[in-house]
Amino acid sequence: MKRHVVTLAILMSLLAALVVATELTEVRLFDRIATNLCINLVLVLGMQAFMGNSGILSFAHIGFMGVGAYTSAALTIPLQMKGMALPDLYPVIAAVEVSPYLGIVAGGLVTALVAAAVSYPLMRLSDAAAVITFFALLVVLHTIMLHWSQVTNGPRTLFGIPKATDLTLAAGCAALAMIAALAFKESRIGLLLRSTRDDETAAAALGASIPGLRWRAFILSALFAGIGGALWGHFITSFSPKAFYLKETFVILGMLVIGGANTVSGAVVGTFMVTFAFEGLRAVESGFNRAQTFSEQVVGLTEITLALAMIGIIALRPGGIFATREIGAILMRLIQKKRESS
Amino acid sequence: MFIQFLIDVLSLGGAYALMALGLVIVYGILKLVNFAYGELIMVAGYTMYMVSGSGLPWLAMAFVAVVMAIVGGIATDYVAFRPVRAKSVTAVLITSFAFSTLLQNAAQLFISPRPRTVPLPDIFSTTVQIAGVITPARNLITIAAAVILLALFAFVMKRSILGIAMRAAATHFTMARMLGVPANLIISSAFAISGFFAGVVSLLWIGRIGTVVPGIGLEPLLIAFIATVIGGMRSLQGAVLGGFLLAFIDTGLNYSLPQDLLKFRDAFTFSLVILILLWRPEGLMKGPATGQRT
Repeated sequence: MKRHVVTLAILMSLLAALVVATELTEVRLFDRIATNLCINLVLVLGMQAFMGNSGILSFAHIGFMGVGAYTSAALTIPLQMKGMALPDLYPVIAAVEVSPYLGIVAGGLVTALVAAAVSYPLMRLSDAAAVITFFALLVVLHTIMLHWSQVTNGPRTLFGIPKATDLTLAAGCAALAMIAALAFKESRIGLLLRSTRDDETAAAALGASIPGLRWRAFILSALFAGIGGALWGHFITSFSPKAFYLKETFVILGMLVIGGANTVSGAVVGTFMVTFAFEGLRAVESGFNRAQTFSEQVVGLTEITLALAMIGIIALRPGGIFATREIGAILMRLIQKKRESS
Repeated sequence: MFIQFLIDVLSLGGAYALMALGLVIVYGILKLVNFAYGELIMVAGYTMYMVSGSGLPWLAMAFVAVVMAIVGGIATDYVAFRPVRAKSVTAVLITSFAFSTLLQNAAQLFISPRPRTVPLPDIFSTTVQIAGVITPARNLITIAAAVILLALFAFVMKRSILGIAMRAAATHFTMARMLGVPANLIISSAFAISGFFAGVVSLLWIGRIGTVVPGIGLEPLLIAFIATVIGGMRSLQGAVLGGFLLAFIDTGLNYSLPQDLLKFRDAFTFSLVILILLWRPEGLMKGPATGQRT
């Protein structure tokens, strides 16, 4: 129990340090980066809750992020804006305008419900079949977002979403997500699910009901994705379905894989590292573009670096930076060893 | 009307079948869903764009493009697959996804995010009349190319030593290795063949649009996915069958669905994929059951 507290304390202090440092510098750009980091943290932790514990790569995660973002948007766009932003919205929803905070919660809940409804039969699949299914699910969700113009404004940008997400809210949600992810991982269900990850046959033989376990993790994961998406929507205030597709999937997956999918510490550290590396590279990119060093715009440098880092990490250290043990457990063990030797 | 439908189904199905074969040849042996497959199509397209100023005849340019796609296929093996071959399925999937993003963004960075024109032979833009139906000549070229390549491929797989070794490796990798089949060579050949199909598909596919963009590979990749899932992830015949079946479904929906539902066509086909995976995870045709690759 103590090691979980240590883990949580270290990860929380990392988050707190980020918030304090940002508030102290009072630079708009840093505030934006830190808020984005916290939102990504919610998304990555959501992915970790399913992928880390079940061992199944979920491509649908970002699709669910879109569900959350659009749900919250449809509920919270101010009434006088709705006629313009979503002219064909169903009258039932068109008459509703709730506070963005309620919208974020609703976004998470609706996403979890959608995930619960569609995913149960998919949980029997493993390995490659599961990956293709989730990939297909991402495409289905994307196609629906792209063409359900009544709610999503079709492929066009949806605008007019009230700005509500600031650093405090995003960091608060990230902290809650951290606690939830760690608690889930160490709970009975989490432990059973991890046993199915390590040996499906043995776990089933011992009576673990694999689809049910995976299903619960998936719903939790979708809840995080929905909340993360809604937070992002209220931060960016206008977006199109393009935002919830392969590019975003790749970034979130990269964060998780580099940090280590199996641990909450890995998810958190990976998010921090990739975000900082990304922002550094982005500064380089825009430096090139401003100085017009090359005739064309420099784009894609960040993705190329992330891709190389992912391949490198998987080849050299397949579990990521924190492959099996949480940071708290590693520290406690170190301390104990030192005590024993002295 | 019927002949029109038939030509549409056959030409689309031919292209789909080739796409699916390129994907399934790698999956069958390695159990690797190669996300970078679409980018091989992109590589061939950009090669066409880059050699377009050289003044070579079109066929020579096409040859260079296909060779580059083959090189790209072998590069996939060396960069994304070989270092992680002994690790979990998920690890291999992630590296191939990363490699796909890598190639796509490299094209964006070093060439351009905007569409580039690709040279096409004149015959691609002509139309011919068969039995009272006017159809673009490239549809007939696609059908012909598909028939020739499928026949050639079937022959290679059935008769040549390489083909027999590859089928042996797909059936039982460890046993095949023990009997002296060189694993690395087989795997590299599978990727090379995959690249070859991608190159040919690229010529036919880009022949429809005439331009190449960094994201061009996504649609063929998705099509190949669905076709292989329908037909059978581990069976080469299944991939071909799946390609034609998907073309039949797509064309059928195109002819029959009302306009406002047609835009959801992809959602329908992908839901179909999910249903088939649930109902018959093996696909319509069963292949040999194995997954080792070390």
